Amino acid sequence: MQTKRERSKLGREKLQRIIEMCKSVEDRSLDPFLIDVDGVISTVKEYFPEWKIPDDLNLDAETIHRLASVIKLQSEWVKHRSTSLYTDPFLLEEKLARIAKEDMVEIFTKIWHPIIEFEQISLHSFAESLRYWESLLPLKERWKEFAPEEVETSLATREELIKQQILRDKAFSEELENFWQELKQQVETKGKEGKIRYWDFVGAETYEDTVQRAFMTSFLVTYGYATLEIIPLEEEIFVKPYEKQMAKAGKKQLISIPISVSVKDWLKWKRGELNE
Amino acid sequence: MSKRKAYYASKIKRAIHMLFYRRHKKPGVKGWELRKALGSDYPKVLKILDDYLKTLDLQVKTVFEEEKPVEKPTLEELDKARFYVTLRGELTPKETKMIGWRIDDLAGLAITIAYIISKKGKAQRKEVEDLLREKLPGWKVGLNIDRYIRYGYLTQDENEQLYLDWRTRAEVDQKALIDLLLTK
Repeated sequence: MQTKRERSKLGREKLQRIIEMCKSVEDRSLDPFLIDVDGVISTVKEYFPEWKIPDDLNLDAETIHRLASVIKLQSEWVKHRSTSLYTDPFLLEEKLARIAKEDMVEIFTKIWHPIIEFEQISLHSFAESLRYWESLLPLKERWKEFAPEEVETSLATREELIKQQILRDKAFSEELENFWQELKQQVETKGKEGKIRYWDFVGAETYEDTVQRAFMTSFLVTYGYATLEIIPLEEEIFVKPYEKQMAKAGKKQLISIPISVSVKDWLKWKRGELNE
Repeated sequence: MSKRKAYYASKIKRAIHMLFYRRHKKPGVKGWELRKALGSDYPKVLKILDDYLKTLDLQVKTVFEEEKPVEKPTLEELDKARFYVTLRGELTPKETKMIGWRIDDLAGLAITIAYIISKKGKAQRKEVEDLLREKLPGWKVGLNIDRYIRYGYLTQDENEQLYLDWRTRAEVDQKALIDLLLTK
């Protein structure tokens, strides 16, 4: 006896086949009456009670959609046959294959009425163009080249590079360690169950500082100093520091988690509206 | 000249300028453009113009949005239609050369249009190419079909299916083509 699983599998295969058949009728201009519409409908009906998951219901809907397109083609076919333009295509193809090209041209010239159009400049537009040309500045005046500003060159000092934020005054690893300690401290004071809300940790007085803290937090997570805990339904993210730096995840696949740190979110956090 | 005659004479001049000179990428003028330029009685202006063009073997051709010609069009249908000036009578095969068509290319176009009509308005490009290759050199077949598409006689979709396009609807009497072919 067929199990429920086997029956669903068979149903899916049948629907796939129907979809493919309808597609080929549409794409390759095949006779739409090749499809047995009643048969398709009874198959769709037969398997419909089996479908529970969205993928199967989608497949069912697509089958109905494709069938509707075929029925539309059948209706167009009937309409075309009832018009005066309908001729047996085989008869016409036969004629086309046998007719000499001179005869074909003779026939075509009898029923061809080419469009008449002029391409000629008027005196008015000619005068307009001359006026435009006269008022047009030469290219060298329109596209003036700007001489690059001369800049004096000299060696930059370490202090200047730190000031421009190209170099940091502390080594990055040292800075990361300090940040980790700060996280641990904040979890102790503001956190619960060894973790702290992401925004409560990265949020700072200015937006620039907040972005800087989010940047550093991403390194804490990547280098195994902390981890992120995400509760999707409540849309909450927590940062949880490790006691010791963790080694890399081994064979476990690493994933990236994009977190938006927009000005809008930062303002919401400042007003205390973010986690309400 | 009476006031009324002068009124229509100036409207006809304006209509001639609009219909003969190409204003857009495609030739022809939409009904609503004519209404805007000539006023709401533009169908009457076109009728007088058509009568006048008869003596020159030309005609004002109306192509409606729907593929089939409309017998008694409403103003709305006319607004959406496109108007052209076309030849009224027939060209002789020799004359076709004057308008830049070689006999091979024109025969290819005629065969292609007739074949697409026989296939209910759409046909696979490959089938048309095979049909043309029987009488035209192979290297020319693809180029010719591209040219028919470029001129607006045919259009092609992403599945390489060919359909009749706006220029065929404006210039070719499809029913007469099939009738003549079958009686030949």
